[in-house]
Amino acid sequence: MSKNQKKTVALCTILALSFGITPIANAMHIMEGYLPVGSCITWGALCIPFLAAGFFSIRNKLRENRRALTILAMSGAFIFVISSLKIPSVTGSCSHMTGTGLGAILFSPSAVSILGIIVLLFQAILLAHGGLTTLGANTFSMAIAGPFLSYAVYHLCLRLKVNRKVSIFLAAMLGDVFTYCVTSLQLAMAYPSESGGVAASAVKFLGVFAPTQLPLAVIEGLLTVIIIIGLETYAMPELRSIGFIKEKEVY
Amino acid sequence: METTKKSRNTTTVLILLLCVALLAVAPLFLKKGAEFGGSDDAGSVMVEEVTGEAYTPWFTPILESILGGEIPGEVESLIFCLQTGIGVGIIAFFMGRFVERKKQEEMRR
Repeated sequence: MSKNQKKTVALCTILALSFGITPIANAMHIMEGYLPVGSCITWGALCIPFLAAGFFSIRNKLRENRRALTILAMSGAFIFVISSLKIPSVTGSCSHMTGTGLGAILFSPSAVSILGIIVLLFQAILLAHGGLTTLGANTFSMAIAGPFLSYAVYHLCLRLKVNRKVSIFLAAMLGDVFTYCVTSLQLAMAYPSESGGVAASAVKFLGVFAPTQLPLAVIEGLLTVIIIIGLETYAMPELRSIGFIKEKEVY
Repeated sequence: METTKKSRNTTTVLILLLCVALLAVAPLFLKKGAEFGGSDDAGSVMVEEVTGEAYTPWFTPILESILGGEIPGEVESLIFCLQTGIGVGIIAFFMGRFVERKKQEEMRR
């Protein structure tokens, strides 16, 4: 097949896939009151050690050098912006991204759990988006599981000598997708399907979330790369001081 | 050397921004007439589908119980805008400072 023919076939496949998927609208966070009391408490308790670690990690970093505050504020602001933008997706519904990859790469995943919970509280209280009872579960998926995966992916890529920008892209994108996987799992554990139990239910929830979220995850990856290019161009001293770029490296 | 690197970065950023815009807008044209909802109601539909019965949330968002109903759509988008605005403000403020600082440094050199 020639190149053009291959492209046509690929395009047709994508179109076919997008038509095969039934459009179901989508809410990013687990809704208020939608988890049983027990699992609300369990997820909340699970978050506490991470939040404590995050609090100390931020405090130590700032005590080490005050300059880190600017970059930390920008990472938090990035989550604010990114998670407020509801973007249409190929499935015909809207969803929004998490934006937690940036902070996880620049600082530590536990630091992001603090930034993430601020955003989740804002949305839960003012927007009735997510909820106070489901705060624990939502914090776990968006502000803990996602960032930790981003961090792991980024450092794995660096070790494998993958191009830096590609590593950042992959880390942010996979972190976003993983957040949704965890959300699906949380919902599945609260609502196991009658025939197949938790696993079948998880596949069902994931089938609804994944197609909507994938293009958005790509967008999030691209945006994270853009903001890091910007920081590398203009804020080199800060990036060095937080240890994101080692002293010897020259860019 | 410095200038070529800079212009290469600019090109990369422009291409990436273009991709982002395309990815965000394309669904509107690919799926004309779709609802593009994203409401919490849809999530509950999904739960019903899995469990096979309607589910009543045991807790309503506090703002909704104070208001005695759902937050009006326009107000909701106002608060979403507020959230975006806070974020963009912080990023733009610091980025502006960084850019200006770099300019000053280069002038001194």
